Amino acid sequence: MTTTLATPAAAPGRAKSVPGGRILLGAAVPLLILGLWWLVTGPLDLFTPTQLPAPQRVLDAGVGLLEDGALFAHVGISVQRVLFGFFFGAVAGLLLGSLLGLSRLADGLLHPTVGAFRAVPSLAWVPLILLWVGIGEDGKVLLIAIGAFFPVFTSVHSALRHVDPHLVEAGRAFGYHGTRLLTTVQLPAVVPPVFSGLRLALAQSWLFLVAAELLASSEGLGFLLIESQNNGRVDRLLLAIVLLAILGKTTDALLGIIERKALKTWA
Amino acid sequence: MTSAPALDQRHSAAASTQPVVPSETVASESLSVSFNDVGRAFDGRTVLRNVSLTVTPGEVLAILGSSGCGKSTLLRAVGGLDEGFTGDIVIGDSAVTRYDERTAVGFQEPRLLPWRSIRRNVELGLPRNLSKAEGQARVVELLELVGLSDRAALRPREISGGMAQRASLARALARQPGVLLLDEPFGALDALTRLKMQDLLLDIHAQTGTTVLLVTHDVNEALQLADRILLLGGRRSDTAEGATVKSLVPVPGKRPRDRAATDLAQLRSELYAGLGVDSR
Ligand SMILES: Nc1ncnc2c1ncn2[C@@H]1O[C@H](COP(=O)(O)OP(=O)(O)OP(=O)(O)O)[C@@H](O)[C@H]1O
Ligand SMILES: [Mg+2]
Repeated sequence: MTTTLATPAAAPGRAKSVPGGRILLGAAVPLLILGLWWLVTGPLDLFTPTQLPAPQRVLDAGVGLLEDGALFAHVGISVQRVLFGFFFGAVAGLLLGSLLGLSRLADGLLHPTVGAFRAVPSLAWVPLILLWVGIGEDGKVLLIAIGAFFPVFTSVHSALRHVDPHLVEAGRAFGYHGTRLLTTVQLPAVVPPVFSGLRLALAQSWLFLVAAELLASSEGLGFLLIESQNNGRVDRLLLAIVLLAILGKTTDALLGIIERKALKTWA
Repeated sequence: MTSAPALDQRHSAAASTQPVVPSETVASESLSVSFNDVGRAFDGRTVLRNVSLTVTPGEVLAILGSSGCGKSTLLRAVGGLDEGFTGDIVIGDSAVTRYDERTAVGFQEPRLLPWRSIRRNVELGLPRNLSKAEGQARVVELLELVGLSDRAALRPREISGGMAQRASLARALARQPGVLLLDEPFGALDALTRLKMQDLLLDIHAQTGTTVLLVTHDVNEALQLADRILLLGGRRSDTAEGATVKSLVPVPGKRPRDRAATDLAQLRSELYAGLGVDSR
């Protein structure tokens, strides 16, 4: 502590001047964890390989799966499921959220029903989906879409409900109504909250992906998890977890870039 | 006619003090506003009653009254923002319509769209029937008029409160309203900025010639800007609920008036008394 306090002004100054300084800062803790992991499995030898394999073993497992092509297949199918599920869920959430957020009639008619569906924990739909759709590709994508739908719906709906009535009145006072009012005042006003909803929905999509793949699948990262557990391959299990973390973070960062672009134009 | 400053003198007063030629693109056809027994009640509670007066084209009418007496309510009725009133309000020769396009409102808060530049916010006020080129020309001229040309590309949060109010004023003027409705437009500004905005409003009035209804709680502002002052409130002689026309007085002298003029002192203390404030 005392050494950092000795140069209090230099530290933030340097963080600003170094390009990618924030990335380095954010990488510090993961690197520390990696170092600890290496320490307790290698030099200190506190765990057996079946309890906690060394980082190197996990990397080897990854290389092994990469060489026989299985890794790409697992990652590919999982990403595809998440993207489809997220897309359909988000589109449905945007449409229904807009409808209920803008029309008092539609809101009065449908909001209690949607609210009741939202009250059901989404995983409770699994048995029904299994019976009606089966847990093939369609069933998995549907489950992910359900997971993505509610965050988007809720954020669009409540954001439209809470658009500053002063701004809406000003728009009307200057002769805007209907679609023109919507595109001039209401939609731009809800861009920031809708993006928070979308990012939440993306996280939910990954959650539901794993749930769907744990239940029944022959490929995908969730399948890799359950298969590795059955075979006692803790190295592959850890590999799947690390991959999920990397993929989740990457897709979120991509959405974050789009969000920043949108906020620049709209907020 | 010489002792009592008549309303007829007002047009010449405004024209002679401001040698600016009304501009082609911002000048508007000023309209009269007639209130005929106007009343408004909210949930059975009367706020306004029996308001009758006629505002002549090109006049600046200041509306004074204590807080909550119904000044904004009256203004909103003229702008077609509120349809729950009784009686008739006639603008020019026809009754007020919903969001009446012959009027433009300058709200108490600037109400600018935060995601649009100042220029694009002013564009919001343009009438729809205008060609793109005409619209652009008008916006440029209005930004010049309110002194925001060099800030046109900024967002509302990047400019000061006074600038935001000027932008809001420019947006209202972009509509070329026959009647300009201003609801305490300078209320939130510091004293110095407010004086500058008052001068700006007089400039604008000289250039556009539009009828102005200006709600204010500032007696001095009313005396400085108005041709006549409408004082809203309860009459002492009756005990009925709700505010009505307590007095309607012409302001003596030509604009711009000397802010320290002594001949206004009498009227000033009368107005303060009307508002229930002892001016000494
Ligand atoms: N939409 C509404 N619903 C119910 N009551 C209202 C509504 N609008 C205004 N009122 C009431 O009408 C009265 C007059 O309101 P108004 O806003 O016109 O006052 P004001 O004279 O503009 O006051 P201030 O100087 O504080 O702005 C107030 O008592 C207010 O509570
Ligand atoms: Mg008011």
